Amino acid sequence: MSARDAFLEQAKARILITDGAFGTEIQNWKLAEADYAGTLGLGHDQKGNNDILALTKPEVPEAIHRAYFEAGADIAETNTFSANRISQADYGAEHLVREINVASAQLARRVADEFQARDGRPRFVAGAIGPTNKTLSLSPDVNDPGYREIDWDTLVDVYKEQAAALVEGGADFILIETVFDTLNAKAGIMAVKQLEADLGREVPIMLSMTLTDLSGRNLSGHTVEAFWHAVRHAKPLTIGLNCSFGATQLRPHVKVLSEISDSLIMIYPNAGLPNELGAYDEMPDTTAGFVEEWARAGQVNVLGGCCGSTPAHIGAIARAVEGLAPRRAPVLAPITRLAGLEPFTMAA
Amino acid sequence: MTETTASNPAAPAPAASGSRFVNIGERTNVTGSAKFKKLIMAGDYAAAIEVARQQVENGAQVIDINMDEGLLDAVEAMTTFLNLIAAEPDIARVPIMIDSSKWEVIEAGLKCVSGKPIVNSISMKEGEEPFLEHARKCMAYGAAVVVMAFDETGQADTKARKVEICKRAYKLLTGIGFPPEDIIFDPNVFAVATGIEDHDRYGLDFIEAVAEIKAACPHVHFSGGLSNLSFSFRGNETVRRAMHSVFLYYAIPAGLDMSIVNAGQLDVYDQIDPVLREACEDVILMRTPKAGGEQTATERLIELAESYKGQDKAQEKAAQEWRGWEPVKRIEHALVKGIDAHIVEDTEEARQAIFAAGGRPIEVIEGPLMDGMNVVGDLFGSGKMFLPQVVKSARVMKKAVAHLIPFIEAEKDAKSKAKGRIIMATVKGDVHDIGKNIVGVVLQCNGYEVIDLGVMVPWSTILDTAQKEQVDIIGLSGLITPSLDEMVTVAEEMQRAEMSIPLLIGGATTSKVHTALRIDPAYKGAVVHVLDASRAVGVASQLLSDTQADGFIESVAIDYEKVRVAREGKGKKDVLPIAQARANAYQPDFADKAPAPVQPGLHVFEDWDLADLRETFDWTPFFRAWELAGTYPAILEDEVVGESARNLFADAQKMLDTIIEEKWLTAKGVCAFWECHQDGDDILLADGTRLPMLRQQFEKSRGRANFCLSDFVDPAGDWLGGFAVGIHGIDEHIARFKANHDDYSDILLKALADRFAEAFAERLHQHVRTTLWGYAPNEQLTNEALIREQYRGIRPAPGYPACPDHSLKPILFDLLKAQDNAGITLTESQAMLPTSAVSGFYFAHPESQYFGVARIGRDQLEDYAARRGVDVALAERWLRPNLD
Repeated sequence: MSARDAFLEQAKARILITDGAFGTEIQNWKLAEADYAGTLGLGHDQKGNNDILALTKPEVPEAIHRAYFEAGADIAETNTFSANRISQADYGAEHLVREINVASAQLARRVADEFQARDGRPRFVAGAIGPTNKTLSLSPDVNDPGYREIDWDTLVDVYKEQAAALVEGGADFILIETVFDTLNAKAGIMAVKQLEADLGREVPIMLSMTLTDLSGRNLSGHTVEAFWHAVRHAKPLTIGLNCSFGATQLRPHVKVLSEISDSLIMIYPNAGLPNELGAYDEMPDTTAGFVEEWARAGQVNVLGGCCGSTPAHIGAIARAVEGLAPRRAPVLAPITRLAGLEPFTMAA
Repeated sequence: MTETTASNPAAPAPAASGSRFVNIGERTNVTGSAKFKKLIMAGDYAAAIEVARQQVENGAQVIDINMDEGLLDAVEAMTTFLNLIAAEPDIARVPIMIDSSKWEVIEAGLKCVSGKPIVNSISMKEGEEPFLEHARKCMAYGAAVVVMAFDETGQADTKARKVEICKRAYKLLTGIGFPPEDIIFDPNVFAVATGIEDHDRYGLDFIEAVAEIKAACPHVHFSGGLSNLSFSFRGNETVRRAMHSVFLYYAIPAGLDMSIVNAGQLDVYDQIDPVLREACEDVILMRTPKAGGEQTATERLIELAESYKGQDKAQEKAAQEWRGWEPVKRIEHALVKGIDAHIVEDTEEARQAIFAAGGRPIEVIEGPLMDGMNVVGDLFGSGKMFLPQVVKSARVMKKAVAHLIPFIEAEKDAKSKAKGRIIMATVKGDVHDIGKNIVGVVLQCNGYEVIDLGVMVPWSTILDTAQKEQVDIIGLSGLITPSLDEMVTVAEEMQRAEMSIPLLIGGATTSKVHTALRIDPAYKGAVVHVLDASRAVGVASQLLSDTQADGFIESVAIDYEKVRVAREGKGKKDVLPIAQARANAYQPDFADKAPAPVQPGLHVFEDWDLADLRETFDWTPFFRAWELAGTYPAILEDEVVGESARNLFADAQKMLDTIIEEKWLTAKGVCAFWECHQDGDDILLADGTRLPMLRQQFEKSRGRANFCLSDFVDPAGDWLGGFAVGIHGIDEHIARFKANHDDYSDILLKALADRFAEAFAERLHQHVRTTLWGYAPNEQLTNEALIREQYRGIRPAPGYPACPDHSLKPILFDLLKAQDNAGITLTESQAMLPTSAVSGFYFAHPESQYFGVARIGRDQLEDYAARRGVDVALAERWLRPNLD
């Protein structure tokens, strides 16, 4: 059975659980620069390059994956949010992109398989691809709105390099997450499509948008519905929202997305809004209480956490939604769905 | 977000077809627009962007972009233009149609468009493989496609070829998994009436082919370029427009969904000269002309066309649409749309017509104007129109009435048959009138005569006017809490004068509870609290109805009695003894208190930059002032009020530009810092000034403290700040608007002045935190964060929940010398003048926070009076809202 079919079969029976934040968990290890740098002999300071730990201190991401699986997760998202050529260049580690991704996927795969062997329940590995810090839709120069720091073809290549390495390392899906720029996401989709053509097989895509304002738009200005129209050609396995705000603020947008999309809905919000010190202090049961409402309303298929969430949050969410029926996707009428920043439809 | 559904205002299909037609903007096309081409060739992209903006503003639902010009690097031009558009949310909100005959230009476009665009176009011209290759790419980029009916042998001309090619393309595309709903066929519109017999069928072939393909290929759409059709009538716009409209009239029901056409260059089908229309229909539908003897349809149209040559286009255009309607319909249209450009001439035309028929000038008001306003009233009542539009309509009405008044007065018989006469007044001591003006406008729109007595109106003036003018209703308004007492006074005086007309109560601090508890018992006539402007008409009409009045008054009385009974129970709930509340005072950690100000003393700001304040506007309350519910900026996209909000916002932006450019207003402010210490519930300044504060006295749960502002001040020595800011210069502009009968601009300016005042308070507070007091020098906050008050320290104002006693304002103003330094004065009710003003205290302790004092006990009242050095009765009057 393909990973897509296995996932869909599981998702038919219950609400699946994806994992939570990595950054804050890594902080708990209080690693020193030397821990990050290992013996790679890189010129730059590696402190904060969380993704490189797959090579220099693999026991850290492994332990975190393990903690999330222990808490009840079905999916491990690889610790590769910044493991792309653009972001790694900041650490002088761009030549290690393939190795980081392969190693990250391998170690996530290993832990996933270990848990699956333990209880027979399928576990999945989603190869996580972040947005990079460059954007195709916006100019970084206010005086020159037509300027772009990067072009489409370059970004497609960057994403493809990372996606190929993740799949090589054993990722089941490619998760294009924290989409603040819809055009970046479209380049990511193109990269995966090219990879599929190279491999001669399907690589299922998961897509997750992040909202930057409460009216429900991402940074490039797309509403949730316009985003769905713009990426629907990816035939994503899951589509959803992550990061953005806490669960309370996401509520109306989850409802919209769940009504208009025929993909599975995956939501992994932050643990509330950051407090004055930038820390997240929403308690696990509080977060779980919020997301449980969506589950009870039949709006979600996969739940997890983003910034500030911990294995305790994931555990609380898993318990809160256990036994609740998963959302059933609507059958969409064959109408033409176009989009600018806003959706536009033409009925047949 | 609502899904946009399409309709075509210019060429309505027969109503029964239920067809939806997509309006594609075509001015951003170098092959179709000479102007656009010139701009792009000259590299003037800024102006080219404006062309795109206009298209969207004029209702284009998709914009077509084409850079196919031999002398142009089309890939470069397409990329540049699309990247620029991405930075313009007003334009980028609609989908893009990437239009080129070169695939590399299309692909360059696909790499820049972030939504889901339409590719225009691909075809089987070069065979199946390149066609499918392009289609696969469109799928990978996520785009719908226009497929031209074109194959290896050429463009499809006959119906059979069109159908054959499109069916083949459909089969190929769906075979590779292309979503059928993303296919838009263009079965080629060719020129008709060319004189070549073979061409005569082209129009009809297209229409019939569309119907047949639609039946054979589920879910597809159809597009067609109209300008080809009328190619043989180049230079004769009248005939071309008529042909296009007639063609659409028949093609849309057959299945045509979209056309790349300038919507401004279409006629309304019903308004085409019938002779021309029939001739066009004969040509397009290949009918034998009934008129014209032996002529063929083409010959007849060519002959007719001669007579339409060279008509003045501007005149034609002006004669089109609503300007060509009957004056009565024009007046209705102007009222509903709020267009005041022609209202005086239209009113005059209607007056002359009525005069010629032996009627009187007043009949213009009672007839067309009231009919138009009734339409507006109905639309407003049923939620199809919103307040800003209604106020614009009222401006049109007022201008029309102003034009008629001299005629009516000349007739010396000015008894208009208004539905009723209503006094509106902001009570003594209060200067706020935005809400009152809105209610006045709404009432006038609904046929009531409104006598607006303005602001700070003493009860005697209200009563005198009511008796002299024999009014039917009195409406009182107020914003600040002391006005509540003044309203009770008016009610008492009405009772003393043994009046019986209804009294309406409205304004931000008024409430049903206060009205029921305090005002209603003071007056035997009907007293009704009106929640907002939209309720005013309903209330007034019921009160003045012969049949409904008694029932309505009875039901209100019962309702208020219920409120009183319910309240009686609640009132029994005791507050804590003040000593006990004090024992539960809030105790901040004074180790964290702010340091002494970096720049102590008094700081005066003569003229704060308005452009800077504009950046800090909190728009949400602005919309609330217009009774548009929602949070900015989401409100602009709101399903229900979004359009209204957007128009209002655009008008506000325009006025802001002028205010700043022409320097209408001056923002003056003052702030100061004083050494002080906490002395019980008082704050004692170093110069001996005592600022008594009030403490929460209701029982708190879960370990929450009973707050008092003095809790945030260190008894061992600390600092307190104060400020007052005001916006000056509004009066001359308001006077001008009033003279122009322009309530809309009047209310708009007042609402904006309020925003300036609030923004000034916010900016000054920021300046204090970062620089003057300087306890948070590194603060970096976005405007949203400012609005959400995510900063350290508070600025409570006297008269607001944490510090409910308005009478602290004179003390604060003396300390600040606010009159000298910022030109702000106080009325006897402690309302500030100018009206758009804000004042308050600064507390800098990181734990200081806003709270509501709420209900206090008799013991605290007496203690407070002693601390304030006033008698208990006076303190009771100031603190009335906290005692009920």
